Amino acid sequence: MFAPAYLDHNATTPVAPAVLASMLPYFSVQHGNASSRHEFGRAARRAVDEARQRVAHAVGAHPTEVIFTSGGSEANNLFIKGAALRLKPGVIAVSAIEHPCVRNPARTLSRQGWRVREIAVDAECRLASADFSAALADKPALVSVMMANNETGALQDIALLAAEAATAGACFHTDAVQALGKIPLDFRSLNSAGVSALTLSSHKLAGPKGAGALVVDKRVDLAPLIDGGGHERGLRSGTENVPAIVGFGVACEQAVLHLAEAACHLQMLRARLEGGLSVLGATIFAQAAERLPNTVYFSLPGIDGETLVGKLDRAGYAVASGAACSAANPEPSHVLLAMGVAPAMARGAVRVSLGATNTEAEIVGFLLALSAIHTQLKSMTAMVD
Amino acid sequence: MLNLPIYLDYSATTPVDPRVAAKMIPYLTEHFGNPASRSHPFGWAAEKAVEDAREQVAKLVNADAKDIIWTSGATESNNLAIKGAAHFYAATKGKHIITVSTEHKAVLDTVKELERQGFEATYLDPQPNGLITVEQFKAALRKDTVVASVMAVNNEIGVIQPIAELGEICRANGTIFHVDAAQATGKMPIDLSKLKVDLMSFSAHKTYGPKGVGALYVRRKPRIRLEAQMHGGGHERGMRSGTLAPHQIVGMGEAFRIAREEMATENERIRMLRDRLMKGLLDIEETYVNGDLEQRVPHNLNISFNYVEGESLLMAIKDIAVSSGSACTSASLEPSYVLRAIGRSDELAHSSIRFTLGRFTTEEEVDFAIKLLHDKLGKLRELSPLWEMFKDGIDLNTVQWAAH
Repeated sequence: MFAPAYLDHNATTPVAPAVLASMLPYFSVQHGNASSRHEFGRAARRAVDEARQRVAHAVGAHPTEVIFTSGGSEANNLFIKGAALRLKPGVIAVSAIEHPCVRNPARTLSRQGWRVREIAVDAECRLASADFSAALADKPALVSVMMANNETGALQDIALLAAEAATAGACFHTDAVQALGKIPLDFRSLNSAGVSALTLSSHKLAGPKGAGALVVDKRVDLAPLIDGGGHERGLRSGTENVPAIVGFGVACEQAVLHLAEAACHLQMLRARLEGGLSVLGATIFAQAAERLPNTVYFSLPGIDGETLVGKLDRAGYAVASGAACSAANPEPSHVLLAMGVAPAMARGAVRVSLGATNTEAEIVGFLLALSAIHTQLKSMTAMVD
Repeated sequence: MLNLPIYLDYSATTPVDPRVAAKMIPYLTEHFGNPASRSHPFGWAAEKAVEDAREQVAKLVNADAKDIIWTSGATESNNLAIKGAAHFYAATKGKHIITVSTEHKAVLDTVKELERQGFEATYLDPQPNGLITVEQFKAALRKDTVVASVMAVNNEIGVIQPIAELGEICRANGTIFHVDAAQATGKMPIDLSKLKVDLMSFSAHKTYGPKGVGALYVRRKPRIRLEAQMHGGGHERGMRSGTLAPHQIVGMGEAFRIAREEMATENERIRMLRDRLMKGLLDIEETYVNGDLEQRVPHNLNISFNYVEGESLLMAIKDIAVSSGSACTSASLEPSYVLRAIGRSDELAHSSIRFTLGRFTTEEEVDFAIKLLHDKLGKLRELSPLWEMFKDGIDLNTVQWAAH
């Protein structure tokens, strides 16, 4: 069977063999409900506790700070709505490049009397420091800024931003879904800098879909979004998804173990890819920013992104024209627009996000295919003109 | 040769059927795509698998696939249904909610949260057989009753509530009717083309599917609206955002397909085993079945053993995995609130055991459980002064205990 090369790891990743192996017993022999008191239940509880330790260890947190959820979206919703419910309505400041599962929960708060203050970014997808200071002057009770952007891969200096936010009296959250497993993460030091909570997801780092976590300072007063039974210290009820949680734990452990080596490999592949792209005259977004080692977001002048992605797919390369979650949405990326990219250029955007299993041969093949498609599309455009 | 402990706690969770696991695994490995990825076959394959599974879930309950919303489990479904409908319709219909005191915590805690937000709730107490009556329900219904939530099958005593009749009453009153069917799928037929149910919660892991996935049926004709509880990329018709987990969804689809095809024969086999267990245990003196025996799913048996102490009993029968209440509340030593609500004394509620049988239960396992209970109860009662007094013909209710 013809298998396309998968270059869309920021959308989701295949489950690593070691992760899958760790999960399988929990579908069959170890099938207990972690709340049951008999041996089946106790074995499931031990597995959940061990996974909690693994996740905590991977991000430098204490196990009691890890609240398991069904994924990153739920963890972001839990922090934003859960913290807001316990506060008097005020201002919530979120960056203009947040994932919809931060932006949309923030917007729903306006119904309860909150005001949403969006923080601008510069042309390289970095938080605009003047606007950040201006936003803090509005005395926001909550601030949420993502650690790594899912489209451009741009990183923010979270410790610095959190320290400023803390000085201004805000409770600071960061969505670290794309950062986990790709760059080092240390909740303890982030926490001392002023970060109150961070969001994690399992399926972006070779873990299964269906698990995520909110790592949260216990001094933050949160209301649960899901009631019933009082699981996860009362912050998230519902029978624990034992196999997914176990897989999430192992995925975290593996990612941290191989982080340096993977980053080195990814940077090498990325350099190769970006070298080829510049020959084709591509614009690489946020290239001057500190970025994740695996993400390249580019546009070829005059070429439509959707068309390019479709042709790349037929040539055997799976890439994305934007975030998977809004892939059905024909609007240009809100991230690029926030960076001041012209809509026509933004419509050309293609995201390549690499994984540790990608090879140099795949990058070379991708560039050859892209070059051929580029020539073909350019000549078609020339004919139409 | 029996493998100990024997699992008789199928209402807490079920093992994943091997056929289900086999279908799931490819969606963790080669078909690992994000179903929201529209630009490559990894995404398309995942999306197709999700839609096929939606058909299977819908078919089990005779609904349209478009009415099915994926969630992370029945707890989330119950929260979404009750909070989502209450918030959406409060302004036009009112702020009164009806539920039953023996509902699962996922419903009770959700209704309590709504009470904190200014809703008013009526908790119906069931009859001693565990069932609520149509008259009782009618009497509680008001013009401003926005949502009524009644479970199809009770998780502790297995009784089946009169959902069809309650649905008719709700529809006539313009009240949104939600049913928690987590314990019902695969155990009794459900036909949503006939039932006047607006919202129904499902769980995969009670029906040989995986944990971490459930569904909510949201009727479209007449159309029921919900306020989303989780916001983001607008997945699931905007009612539930978050990346879908195809392996889990595929597992739920396959589990529900198997349930549809096999439940008739499977339930007869389980009923015979349950009846064998019941007969064997009722041979023991001073044992009482909790909950109606007619309006009940075939796999549940809940028995109170008089004159033994509950914790000692559970410790003594460690070779069988059973529960003294629902798994979700089993961490506490409180007697079951379900048994208290149907009028059992604290003592009897404390010494009750829920046996729930399932697909992999064998006759040999049932016979082992019967023998184990006979042996251990005999020993525990030999040590019990209360049992001795009872055997001497002393009515314990008349005894004046000395304070100390």
